[in-house]
Amino acid sequence: MILLINTDLLVIGGGPAGMTAALKAAKKGAEVIIVERYHELGGQLIKQTHRFFGSKNEQAGTRGIDIAQGLTKEIQNMSEIKVLTEATAQGYYEDKIVTVSYQNKFRKIRAKRIIIATGASEKMMLFLNNDLPGVYGAGAIQTLMNLYGILPGKKVIMVGSGNIGLIVSYQLLQAGVEVKAVIEADSEIGGYLVHASKIRRIGVPIYTGYSVKSAIGESFVKGAEIIKLDRNWQMIAGTERFIKADTICLAVGLRPLVSLLIQADCAMAYVPELGGDVPIRDENLKTTNDQIFVAGDAAGIEEATAAMLEGEIAGLKAATEIGYLSKDAITESRRLKKELRKLRNGPISRNIRKGLSKVRGDDNVKKNRYSHLR
Amino acid sequence: MRINKHPILDFNRGKKITFQYKGQEIKAYQGETIAAALYAAGIKVLKKSNKYQRPRGLFCAIGNCASCYMAVNGIPHVKTCITKVKQDMVVEEETGKGDIID
Ligand SMILES: Cc1cc2nc3c(=O)[nH]c(=O)nc-3n(C[C@H](O)[C@H](O)[C@H](O)COP(=O)(O)OP(=O)(O)OC[C@H]3O[C@@H](n4cnc5c(N)ncnc54)[C@H](O)[C@@H]3O)c2cc1C
Ligand code: FES
Repeated sequence: MILLINTDLLVIGGGPAGMTAALKAAKKGAEVIIVERYHELGGQLIKQTHRFFGSKNEQAGTRGIDIAQGLTKEIQNMSEIKVLTEATAQGYYEDKIVTVSYQNKFRKIRAKRIIIATGASEKMMLFLNNDLPGVYGAGAIQTLMNLYGILPGKKVIMVGSGNIGLIVSYQLLQAGVEVKAVIEADSEIGGYLVHASKIRRIGVPIYTGYSVKSAIGESFVKGAEIIKLDRNWQMIAGTERFIKADTICLAVGLRPLVSLLIQADCAMAYVPELGGDVPIRDENLKTTNDQIFVAGDAAGIEEATAAMLEGEIAGLKAATEIGYLSKDAITESRRLKKELRKLRNGPISRNIRKGLSKVRGDDNVKKNRYSHLR
Repeated sequence: MRINKHPILDFNRGKKITFQYKGQEIKAYQGETIAAALYAAGIKVLKKSNKYQRPRGLFCAIGNCASCYMAVNGIPHVKTCITKVKQDMVVEEETGKGDIID
């Protein structure tokens, strides 16, 4: 017989969004289970060794790994929260049950409310031989290098000059790896200038208006052929050049990891500003499935401070709906939403604001484009 | 290749252990994933693609992409990037689509 576990709130994903959601709901009295695929909590934060550019008053200037450790400790001290690690949520069923593979065992969980905080997955890029070993997502390189202290290679080509590409380039340099070049298709560097000048000072060239045409190698990367692009991002024949390297690192963006939301028939919308398909939701992060909330990068690619605030807002609302009423819930929720609005006020968040305007409000609800696949 | 000195990170590696890969004994540290330990030993091709037999290695390292499937203690399709290595584990390259076990 397959074990069925009952709980008030199930949180899927133990990154910053999932952790703050669980904490908030548990503090209101809810019984919470967190399922996390990895063997520890923290999500993307456990690899972030740089000081955060985020802006949560006391957290700005703190390294991601330290924020993760702080939240993990807080969770361990709450008897209301049960953490299952090496536990992957596999599916959502019509009887509102979530199936989980937990350390090679199959489990079912029935919860009154579910918060999906599964984060993001890395985008792939089209070029010849892009499946060769030695082509990695930037997150993979961070995992190897910052968690396990293992170098991915000796000479790296970084593709993408957004903040992630720039930060990971710097982390590679710190670890003693040669970064041969940063390749950027756009005519301008995507990330913050502070990050770009840090690696330029060390002598790493940043090629704007270039892309990768092919990876070279038989069973492993030996280099890449890069090529100049015209204004419409079309390759200009004859401008190819070869760069010798044993690693090609792709930092070309993230996409919300929404498969469970799609399966649960939440209405989705394609919003490029938020990284791709994202669920329609209200201001409390409730999706069109009354049992399910979303928070963090799964709701749209943003940053950790926003993910944490979204987690808190969703956690608070979920606890209230389950029946853990508190006097201050309304003012607290208002305060959190105000903080989130303030965070998204700056010019850097213009795109995020534009994206969010497309997923809010009930008049906007679109049919789940994937319904036919279910 | 392992990093031994890092300007801001300390790697508190666990106990030294060994495991089997294609009949070879590989050194690892407790707490590492199988894929990380293989990488540290210089083994970077983890499997071949089914149809065209193209080499596959780590891509995402967080369990998203399935590029790192291997057979572990006879169980096929184990995501080696999120599975911890254990003493005496037997890790093999997968052939074909893997067999379903009871
Ligand atoms: C290189 C890099 C640098 C960054 N720098 C900054 C920065 O300086 N400042 C900043 O504010 N932000 C930064 N970010 C962004 C920040 O890390 C993310 O926005 C934040 O981690 C998102 O939090 P999250 O909880 O939504 O997702 P994640 O942190 O991705 O967590 C999701 C969790 O869900 C788990 N999971 C996924 N699917 C399942 C499943 N089916 N079952 C169980 N568990 C599952 C995953 O294992 C993961 O632990 C950076 C990101 C990267 C990649
Ligand atoms: S490398 Fe992507 S799942 Fe393991």
